[in-house]
Amino acid sequence: MIGISYTLFKNLNYNKYIYSALECEDMQLIQTNEVQETLDQLIGKELYLHLETTNGAYANHNNESVLTVNAYIRNGKVTPLSGKIMGSGPYRVGLKIELGWIYAEGLTHWEIDSEGRLLMAGHDAEGRLAVALQLSSSPFDV
Amino acid sequence: MDDHLLVIFPHPDDEAFGVSGTIAQHTKKGLPVTYICLTLGQMGRNMGNPPFATRESLSLIRQKELEDACAAVGIQDLRQFGFRDKTVEFEDEKFLADQFLAVIDEVKPTRIITFYPGYSVHPDHEATARAVVRAVGSMPEMDRPELLCVAFAKNSEADLGAPHVVTDISDVFEEKMNCIKAHRSQTQWLVDSVDKDPAMLAWVKNERFWRYPF
Repeated sequence: MIGISYTLFKNLNYNKYIYSALECEDMQLIQTNEVQETLDQLIGKELYLHLETTNGAYANHNNESVLTVNAYIRNGKVTPLSGKIMGSGPYRVGLKIELGWIYAEGLTHWEIDSEGRLLMAGHDAEGRLAVALQLSSSPFDV
Repeated sequence: MDDHLLVIFPHPDDEAFGVSGTIAQHTKKGLPVTYICLTLGQMGRNMGNPPFATRESLSLIRQKELEDACAAVGIQDLRQFGFRDKTVEFEDEKFLADQFLAVIDEVKPTRIITFYPGYSVHPDHEATARAVVRAVGSMPEMDRPELLCVAFAKNSEADLGAPHVVTDISDVFEEKMNCIKAHRSQTQWLVDSVDKDPAMLAWVKNERFWRYPF
């Protein structure tokens, strides 16, 4: 049952995503002024957060001196009080929230996707995601 | 009764490297294969340079790749279970095993292929393997299908000995490569290395399995 309903749900959104994604129209190199303008518009709003960092599930398998380190929060509910993008690339983003902070370092790419969500990510030279910070006014799919 | 093969893995592409030749050989004989794929590999890292995917679009890209990969090796019965990448080990193991048992009861496989618990590196692989072993182990001994496992932890051969089954898949090499290539967001590196590296080519042409000892 889970599989069937999930598949149907995904298929509804399928064309919209797959083609834009395969045509490499998604993420652009970060332009700090544009990201800052976007962050400014999110201040004071109740948002859903996806925050992630990863060096891959096989980090230690591939190199025993490396610790496999992955963490993510999906759909944390946050209301940013202020937010800034800093650095000269890769970039850092820090968002102040009522009782603390949201922070990500190593961001290289960004986009506002077709659902109006702010997606920021840091990719290494091989195109592998190492960090992601995403904010949305509606929950991310799980 | 048809000789039905049931393949159970957590991620799209888990079937490609080590099993898709065996699958293609099976479907070429006109025999049925059911593939349970637990997640969409939503947390994969390969986004491309320049990026072709985002964390949010990756699941849909990989779902299409999975369907193409199944078509490449003749799988007509793909069951997508809708779990989330990296979370399989946090699901209730009996719940997973019961879902597998329902499919086992339905398709009555003569053989099941999954990962070898303890020797499959990724936590989702391990959790899937444990739940499959639990499911099959709960069946009366005479009803159990043969359980073949893929192991690739570094200590696999040291601990388990040589693989019990080594299958030369040269006769379906093209189908296998098409399956691997279908997962193009994940496998470009492998396709490149098969072209350049004879050791990698030999690895792709032979599929290795250990029979799980109940």
